Amino acid sequence: MTTLTSTPTTSAPAGVAPAPVASRLTVTGTFIARSLLHTLRTPDALIMAIALPTMLMLLFTFVFGGAIEPGGGYVDYVVPGIILLCAGFGAASTAVDVANDMTEGIIDRFRTMPIRAASVITGHVVASLVRNLVATAIVIAVAVLVGFRPTGSPLEWVAMFALVAAYILAITYLFAAIGLAASSPEAASGYGFFLMFLPYLSSAFVPVDSMPEWLQWVAENQPLTPIIETIRGLLLGTEIGNSGWLAVGWCAFILVVAVVLTRILFRAKAGRR
Amino acid sequence: MSTAIALRGISKTYGGTTVLHGLDLEVAAGGVLALLGPNGAGKTTTIGILSTLVAPDSGTATVCGHDVVREADAVRRVISVTGQSSAVDGVLSGRQNLRMMGRLGGLGRRAARERADQLLDRFSLDAAADKRVSTYSGGMRRKLDLAISLIGTPPVVFLDEPTTGLDTRSRQSLWDEIRTLADAGTTVLLTTQYLEEADRLADRIAVLEHGAIVADGTAAELKARVGSEVLALHGASGDTVLEVPTDGTLDGLRAALAALPAGVSGSVALRSPSLDDVFLAVTGSPATPELVDQKG
Repeated sequence: MTTLTSTPTTSAPAGVAPAPVASRLTVTGTFIARSLLHTLRTPDALIMAIALPTMLMLLFTFVFGGAIEPGGGYVDYVVPGIILLCAGFGAASTAVDVANDMTEGIIDRFRTMPIRAASVITGHVVASLVRNLVATAIVIAVAVLVGFRPTGSPLEWVAMFALVAAYILAITYLFAAIGLAASSPEAASGYGFFLMFLPYLSSAFVPVDSMPEWLQWVAENQPLTPIIETIRGLLLGTEIGNSGWLAVGWCAFILVVAVVLTRILFRAKAGRR
Repeated sequence: MSTAIALRGISKTYGGTTVLHGLDLEVAAGGVLALLGPNGAGKTTTIGILSTLVAPDSGTATVCGHDVVREADAVRRVISVTGQSSAVDGVLSGRQNLRMMGRLGGLGRRAARERADQLLDRFSLDAAADKRVSTYSGGMRRKLDLAISLIGTPPVVFLDEPTTGLDTRSRQSLWDEIRTLADAGTTVLLTTQYLEEADRLADRIAVLEHGAIVADGTAAELKARVGSEVLALHGASGDTVLEVPTDGTLDGLRAALAALPAGVSGSVALRSPSLDDVFLAVTGSPATPELVDQKG
């Protein structure tokens, strides 16, 4: 207790050399690897993203399908909507991941390092994109098993996956913004639930013209309907019309808004206090 | 000797509450300074400002000559921080945490791998290296936290209450690590509520109260004001009747006993001075009421 510590042996401030600075690419890559590792180490999110839409598809095909379209073949109608539903479920966990990072001490560590701390969001978004594209592929495979018969050419398949990727990217960024805005991971999960309802108010499960008139207006003008119609057209050869441009436009619009929102919210939340 | 850390006239107010009140502080390069103070004295805010997380309302702060506000990135290049809340990734393993932070800290893939193994070994975390960090005990988490801070061998290290909530053994091993770090020439600024900790680790102690430094000196200088032992007189029910600081010598003890008022009875004990005693000595008032029972 009374032992005195000796005076410092080194007086030069450069006695310990500072570490080199990681490049922006390395930082982003490291954050992507981190988020992918999170996915592999907590597979619940991936299972949720695949199992729930698959079960919904089976439910609609075998339970409601007979009543909605007595001739069978409802599976062809419902799969495009299920693909988007699947992307929504999978992306929702991004809100929780982001909120988790923001409420734990780790974000402060990133902020005291000479790196762009916001790249941690990029990591979550890219991991979500990979996760959901895998989930989409699995859902389509299961759909084929229960009777889905797509007629699209290879090029149309590529276009479909590109559109789905754009949609996943847009909605994931939106969920990231929700995660930043939420005060806790629980709240983030709650807010995200609202977005889950959008597919039901579109042409995903039933044709829009079977809805009451006021709802038709909502369903026809919300972003998911043109995206679903485009996927339907690409995979099954139905009429796309101007849905294609609308789908791309909506995805781009949501993406830009969500990215800007994410930046503003990140700065507000992780700026100097 | 050059200055590694300098704070001049730093003030910070949060919603009407003044946390820092014209704080002045300097740490020489290679030195170890302990910022000693009770809860709410402004220790964490001081670390926050120096680690570029908190913007001061007024005053200037520099680390290795770089201004923490205008040259934040340059400051971030030379510091590492172990905050009070653990800054580790609970989903990943200890090894994965270290490798990730190594990569973010600018190490190559291979260097990060080797450095991670080195630190796991040095902090005796080998056995748990591949377990999920969320399963770690508080002591292991703290050790990992500190190991992560050291991955890039930074010249300046901030430690905010590094051993709070740890058992004696973990505290001891963490102290050894911090000592090793300091001996290697790293500048360390640590905050603590424990005089013993400040005494063991630091070559200078600054006492912080209500956002300003009220005493600053070596442990010996500070202790000369407190006395190296405290004579405590306890009543029949175990309550403390009286405490008298002494210098630890027989003569000092005799003098302290002689100074006791005539007619008092009870049991006597000698104990080491606590943060409270320091506060009593330098400010004339106890630190905070809830700290009275918290002896280092």
